[in-house]
Amino acid sequence: MAETATAQPATAHDAHGAHVTSTGLSNVKLGMWLFLGSDCLLFGGLISTYMLYRGRVANGPTPEQVYDIPFTSVSSFVLLMSSLTMVLAVSAAHKRDDRGTNLWLTITALLGTTFVGGQVYEFTAFYNEGLGFTTSLFGSSFYTLTGFHGAHVTVGIIMLLALVAINKRSRVPGSKSETVEMIGLYWHFVDIVWIIIFTLVYLIPV
Amino acid sequence: MTTQPTSEHGMSTRGYVNVAVILAAITSLEVSTYYVDFGPLFLPALLTMMAVKFVMVVSYFMHLKFDNKLFSWLFYTGLFLAVGVYAAALATFHFFLR
Repeated sequence: MAETATAQPATAHDAHGAHVTSTGLSNVKLGMWLFLGSDCLLFGGLISTYMLYRGRVANGPTPEQVYDIPFTSVSSFVLLMSSLTMVLAVSAAHKRDDRGTNLWLTITALLGTTFVGGQVYEFTAFYNEGLGFTTSLFGSSFYTLTGFHGAHVTVGIIMLLALVAINKRSRVPGSKSETVEMIGLYWHFVDIVWIIIFTLVYLIPV
Repeated sequence: MTTQPTSEHGMSTRGYVNVAVILAAITSLEVSTYYVDFGPLFLPALLTMMAVKFVMVVSYFMHLKFDNKLFSWLFYTGLFLAVGVYAAALATFHFFLR
């Protein structure tokens, strides 16, 4: 008896072309939120280690001797504004405004680069003032925490610029607005981590 | 079950700008604690401002307020798990008794 084989599509779509999932939610978005939840654990460990060791200065300068609060405040403001430009990029993507999307993504990347530049300057200044990575427990925990955050920002910048380049070639796979939104989620997470770092590391004295 | 469209709720551009202005104002207040003596209110005020900024960015910029509650559950579970685990770790080092 001949059997009629019905080919199953690799991924099921509804009549509107949307993916069919068991939760009714985008798997991409679900995955990103799961990742951000896990990244909370990473930064939680780094922040709590810093809180434990920030007063441990056997050698080298203390936090009060090196921190430049006005400079770091400006850096914080820059990163905060980059969150605004990122959400404007997402908003433009939802409106299918490609030009606006690319513009706001580029501005976000520029602001992020400014922030990272500020961090590099700060690290250099601290090093010149005698605070190296192995100088003290304070130094090690400070550079590790802020270095990991800076690395996250840098990865974010690379993703933003890559998305601008891909978008210009109209080669964004799947839903363009969802792709922009996912990178937006990552970028805002990086910002909220800095909100915590700025308060706990810089503003609360030892 | 088909996927829901990316949230069609959310805010206007003006709304996002308003949120950013509020965040900038709170940041200015936070920085002012470095220059102005808040006395015993210093730490509670600073931590409250930090928490308010955190929740505002997560709720409005990250759209959690307008999205499916499962996303909120995922994120806040990770967050509170992190806070709980590391608070316990710090407590073993007598951090809160200093």
